[in-house]
Amino acid sequence: MKTSLPADFWGRIVFIIQRYGLSYLKGAGTTLVISLVATLIGCIIGFGVGVVQYIPIEKGDRLYKKILLRIAKAVMNIYVEVFRGTPMMVQAMFIYYGASQVLNLRMSMWFAAFFIVSINTGAYMAETVRGGIISIDIGQTEGALAVGMTPVKAMNHVLIPQALRNIMPQIGNNLIINIKDTCVLSVIGTVELFFASKSVAGTYYTYFESMTIAMALYLTMTVAASRLLRLWEKHMDGPANYDLATTDTLAYTSGMLTTPDRQRSR
Amino acid sequence: MADILRIEHLKKDFGNHSVLRDISFSVNSGDVTAIIGASGSGKSTLLRCINLLETPTGGDILFHDRSILAKGTDIPAYRSKVGMVFQNFNLFENMNVLENCIIAPVKVLKVPRAEATERAMGFLRRVGMADFINARPRQLSGGQKQRAAIARALTIQPEVLLFDEPTSALDPQMVGEVLQVIGDLASEGRTMLIVTHEMAFARDVSNHVIFMENGLICEEGAPAKIFGAPEMDSTRAFLDRFRKG
Ligand SMILES: Nc1ncnc2c1ncn2[C@@H]1O[C@H](COP(=O)(O)OP(=O)(O)O)[C@@H](O)[C@H]1O
Ligand SMILES: [Mg+2]
Repeated sequence: MKTSLPADFWGRIVFIIQRYGLSYLKGAGTTLVISLVATLIGCIIGFGVGVVQYIPIEKGDRLYKKILLRIAKAVMNIYVEVFRGTPMMVQAMFIYYGASQVLNLRMSMWFAAFFIVSINTGAYMAETVRGGIISIDIGQTEGALAVGMTPVKAMNHVLIPQALRNIMPQIGNNLIINIKDTCVLSVIGTVELFFASKSVAGTYYTYFESMTIAMALYLTMTVAASRLLRLWEKHMDGPANYDLATTDTLAYTSGMLTTPDRQRSR
Repeated sequence: MADILRIEHLKKDFGNHSVLRDISFSVNSGDVTAIIGASGSGKSTLLRCINLLETPTGGDILFHDRSILAKGTDIPAYRSKVGMVFQNFNLFENMNVLENCIIAPVKVLKVPRAEATERAMGFLRRVGMADFINARPRQLSGGQKQRAAIARALTIQPEVLLFDEPTSALDPQMVGEVLQVIGDLASEGRTMLIVTHEMAFARDVSNHVIFMENGLICEEGAPAKIFGAPEMDSTRAFLDRFRKG
């Protein structure tokens, strides 16, 4: 088999793709699934932590609320510092082997992968979310309170949607970072794109060719991800031009009028 | 007992800065009260205290004879009976005009969406904004934003409307359209408190004028008296400055 390896670069690339195209695609799929899901979960964690960090502790608050908030904030601070302050590759091994040794828990590869990347993304997103909320004009909160919203409703209907829009570029950044950084999961045996590429490379000593394919696949995924997020941002902004709702179209869409015969006969 | 709102010896300090020192007045159903006074005299703080966006440091605010500063007051429920229109509009940037107007009825007052929409459309038509329901706030002119904000305040069907300098952030040519809308509301018998620097407007729409100075009510009375024959020197000086300006 090994003897049939072509002599030229492009020939070897074609050869590898023909034989191992599927394992590359599987690896890329794994990378994509882990980074998409973990970015999503990480954003949810980030919003949870960021919102709690944003809640001010006020003099008039009841004692149990003050204590609870203090503890929650302290725990979350530690979480953010630990996961932002240590390399994900080390965390992956620490958690994976720690869980089996200390807790006698054998994590499945998938669970470990989602867990580690999500919790990392969450730590980065928490500060981003807090910043995203703080940067919203105080008038938005006051407008929401003034129409009778509770602080929780103001958060859900006004602040979080605006914070989400404000931090979309950072969410995109995190997704791209995750697509690339899931490669560190190869240390715990996750067969993502890098692991797959390395295995193929090792079989034939075709590191350059193998990594060329890996580079192309990573780049395709990151470019696609950033384009899609850009589209989503546009969608969140609503149409660039609003349609004037003339009195007629309004009446029709709200079902108050049916199409007049005059128009039908024309 | 016909008082909707009674302010009693209201005080507000920011640190050691006394912004409201001792404010008392009452608002009857249908009253249009104009609040005038120099910048920094505490007019905004007064309205913000009435809506509890600021917590007063002393005195009391009674809404239908009930203190809203008492423990156990449902503040969001109270706020939904007191509409507020801000100098800077504060329309929700993440929603279009129609959504701005139905979010509170639907999410706060639990009005069915269809009914809230119909009600909102009624108010939007009245302020001349029915054509712009699909626009986001950033796509509108200042005057349009303020008219939409007035419609939003109306959709919660408040018993009292508070206006804090509703035309001060507007280009001069847009002031008229907003004052027109507020004037129409006044003539319907709505209860309103209006902080404004538009003296001619204040005289025309109000039945009671309060002139504030340094956190105190310096003089109050019927518009004809305040604008025609003010008793206090500082009222006269303030109004003179406006006539010249
Ligand atoms: N949040 C605040 N903290 C400290 N000082 C404030 C605050 N809000 C208002 N003030 C002060 O209170 C005074 C009255 O302000 P304001 O009520 O806005 O006056 P007006 O609306 O009559 O111009 C001003 O001197 C202002 O600087
Ligand atoms: Mg003011």
